[in-house]
Amino acid sequence: MLEEIIIAGFGGQGVLSMGMTLSYAGMLEDKEISWMPSYGPEMRGGTANCITIISDSKISSPIISEFDTAIILNQPSMDKFESRIKEGGLLIYESTNIREISKRKDIEIIGIPAAQEALNMKNGRILNMIMLGAFLEKRPVVKIESIIEALKKVLPERYHNTLPLNREALERGASLTEIASGVLS
Amino acid sequence: METKLMKGNEALAEAAIQAGCDAYFGYPITPQSEVLEYLAREIPKYSTKEHIRVVLQAESEIASINMVYGAAGAGFRVMTSSSSPGISLMQEGISYIAGAELPCLIVNVNRAGPGLGTIQPGQGDYFQATKGGGHGDYKLIVLAPSSVQEMADFVFLGFDLADKYRNPVMILSDGAIGQMMEKVTFGKYNVHKTEKPWATTGKPESRGRNYITSLHIQPEKLEVHNLKLIEKYKEIEKNEVRYEEIMTEDAEYIFVAYGLSARICHKAAIIAREKGIKAGMFRPVTLFPFPSKRLNELAETAKLFLTAELNSGQMVEDVRLAVNGKVNVEFYGRLGGMVPNPEEIVNKLENLISKENVS
Amino acid sequence: MSAEELTLIEKTDKNISEEADALTNSDAAVNICDADEYSVVYERPHTLLDVNMHYCPGCAHSLVHKLIMEAVEELGIQEDTIGVAPVGCAVFAYDYMNVDMQEAAHGRATAVATGIKRLLPDKYVFTYQGDGDLAAIGIAETIHTINRGENILIVFINNAVYGMTSGQMAPTTLAGMKTTTSPFGRDTSVYGYPIKVSELISQLPGSFYVTRQAVNKNTAVRKTKKAILNALNYQKLNKGTCFVEIIGNCPSNWKMTPLESNDFIDEHMVKTFPLGDVKLPGAEDLKQLNQTGDKQPC
Repeated sequence: MLEEIIIAGFGGQGVLSMGMTLSYAGMLEDKEISWMPSYGPEMRGGTANCITIISDSKISSPIISEFDTAIILNQPSMDKFESRIKEGGLLIYESTNIREISKRKDIEIIGIPAAQEALNMKNGRILNMIMLGAFLEKRPVVKIESIIEALKKVLPERYHNTLPLNREALERGASLTEIASGVLS
Repeated sequence: METKLMKGNEALAEAAIQAGCDAYFGYPITPQSEVLEYLAREIPKYSTKEHIRVVLQAESEIASINMVYGAAGAGFRVMTSSSSPGISLMQEGISYIAGAELPCLIVNVNRAGPGLGTIQPGQGDYFQATKGGGHGDYKLIVLAPSSVQEMADFVFLGFDLADKYRNPVMILSDGAIGQMMEKVTFGKYNVHKTEKPWATTGKPESRGRNYITSLHIQPEKLEVHNLKLIEKYKEIEKNEVRYEEIMTEDAEYIFVAYGLSARICHKAAIIAREKGIKAGMFRPVTLFPFPSKRLNELAETAKLFLTAELNSGQMVEDVRLAVNGKVNVEFYGRLGGMVPNPEEIVNKLENLISKENVS
Repeated sequence: MSAEELTLIEKTDKNISEEADALTNSDAAVNICDADEYSVVYERPHTLLDVNMHYCPGCAHSLVHKLIMEAVEELGIQEDTIGVAPVGCAVFAYDYMNVDMQEAAHGRATAVATGIKRLLPDKYVFTYQGDGDLAAIGIAETIHTINRGENILIVFINNAVYGMTSGQMAPTTLAGMKTTTSPFGRDTSVYGYPIKVSELISQLPGSFYVTRQAVNKNTAVRKTKKAILNALNYQKLNKGTCFVEIIGNCPSNWKMTPLESNDFIDEHMVKTFPLGDVKLPGAEDLKQLNQTGDKQPC
């Protein structure tokens, strides 16, 4: 197994922490992982992205130009990365905010209204976990349980009361994927 | 043994604590400020009355490196870190440290230049790191990590080599290796303590005064000192060459790269093999001492070397010197903080091979 | 020279050599030492190595070296003292001072001293710096070291010129003073005014004891010695940086005889750099020093 993922959006949408949580979960399952963030002024309110790679064997380059999966949270990132998804790859995007969608036919495209769903769940910050849940439903590279374990490590103790909410968000994302896939197919 | 998910810079900082680093002096600069931030948070937890451990944010890189000089001269395990512009500011101090033969660890998380350049990764400081950097005739031992694990490992190795040879050691990393997160395992190493009878710790009656200096005003004496340093560098070249080879056993085409470039070339070699090209990769781990001998051996059987760097061609000169005309050494570089894709490098190789077949 | 004068010189020389012969006669030497009416009034401190110094005749450096080493000996802290001497005339200080020492790059002595003192907080650490070193190239290190309140002694030799490189203008060169790089006198419209470092750094909370002294006459030498003794002793309190500025002379580069250079200090230097204490420890602090059981040297 080798999954090369780009996660991209605005700073503050939880882009980097989504990749980090996924990486952590991979590590807990004894997989090889690498997490490469964009850094510098980009981090301050602009666009942010990270390349997350999960593999069963040693990872060579942490910087790649083509991806198996793109998880896209804003329009500029859609424009930038949709063409760089490998043939047969997966594009998951946040459908409340993104209007112009890739026209490619050689990849699977799934829109998830994660921002709206996060508002329904009364916590805007849960958006990234909904997206992550949606992704894991399509590509179960790690178990949901590992994500929860990872969150225990990544989140400071004072946020551990949000773990049930995070689980709920992951599950909500998964079910939205099912719905979206059903509609498209 | 404990495995953690960490940024390269954080892994390096944690390793410093575990390797018994007594003091860290530094100044913020992207992309390595995490080292100072991590140590500012963690070192005080380990400082006791019996074993004082210090972290201090200095007023400049110039002050940092001179604080390193003072603490190293007093016999302590001491380090600093910075990124390219800051390392330039330290060069005078590094020259003094090399001249006075003080062991210490200097980390350069290389960004692209010249001047203020950008904060994205670069390898443009290869010449500065391996050919002296400051004024005068001296060498640093230069270690080039290409993973987060090696960011940690080379701190242990670097401190030990510094103490063993009384010589400054540089870890030449880059912005990508510093910023990326990977698994890193701690607890593999023992911490070695080296006696330092030369240190300025206060002169007991039992010995004469110790003094630390790089000043030898009489040319006859300075030449003797220079020759002694050269002997030491030869000894280092004899004992401390390190490198990694991937798929080189039957390789006709060998990528030569270090640090981040080596990660990319590893992938390029895999892609090339999938295309039926017998490619391999050679990665110098020590940039000084440079693994010239092994490269020369590989030149016996390889058809072509392709050196890839994030600069306009620096290490490629050492590769050419090493193979001494035995094999064609070509170069591929990206500049300005741009990082090549593995595919780009494979394309370059394919072009070179087709030219070779034409001629 | 007249014949009369020559005769006088010859005669004097003869007398001296006769006296010397008498002294080298072992019996005579023993007699002198044994005599009750003689007592030792001066000895070289054991903390000062018995070697010739490279300083120009009449230069203040050798005298200040001796004062510091006397203070180290009197306080009994030779084993616990580490000195730092940067580039400047005193770069060879480790050839004279019998304590552990480090040579530092130009301007960086206080950074080096910071590195030492932070790891060896129980040791006495001092720097010995000139005006170009401390007030020009090293002013950032000077200010930040004192601002951190590093518990060290900074001995600052201010002779208004770069001595080692033969008399160029320093940040402390007096207005109108001629140097090799201000051949028509320091023009303050071009180079500004001499920096009064003691006054400047006394504003920093990190400075604990700041004083400006001289060594151009006996009374001044005694005051300087006391200042150095106090400053070293205050390191026990860990209250901040002690700063002893000493107005030095530089007969070679001032193009004066040693005596003229001593007068120049009184006539000119002290007008820009008035002597005396600039910042003193509080009474509470000194009480604490007495409570440590150590006798106050002054």
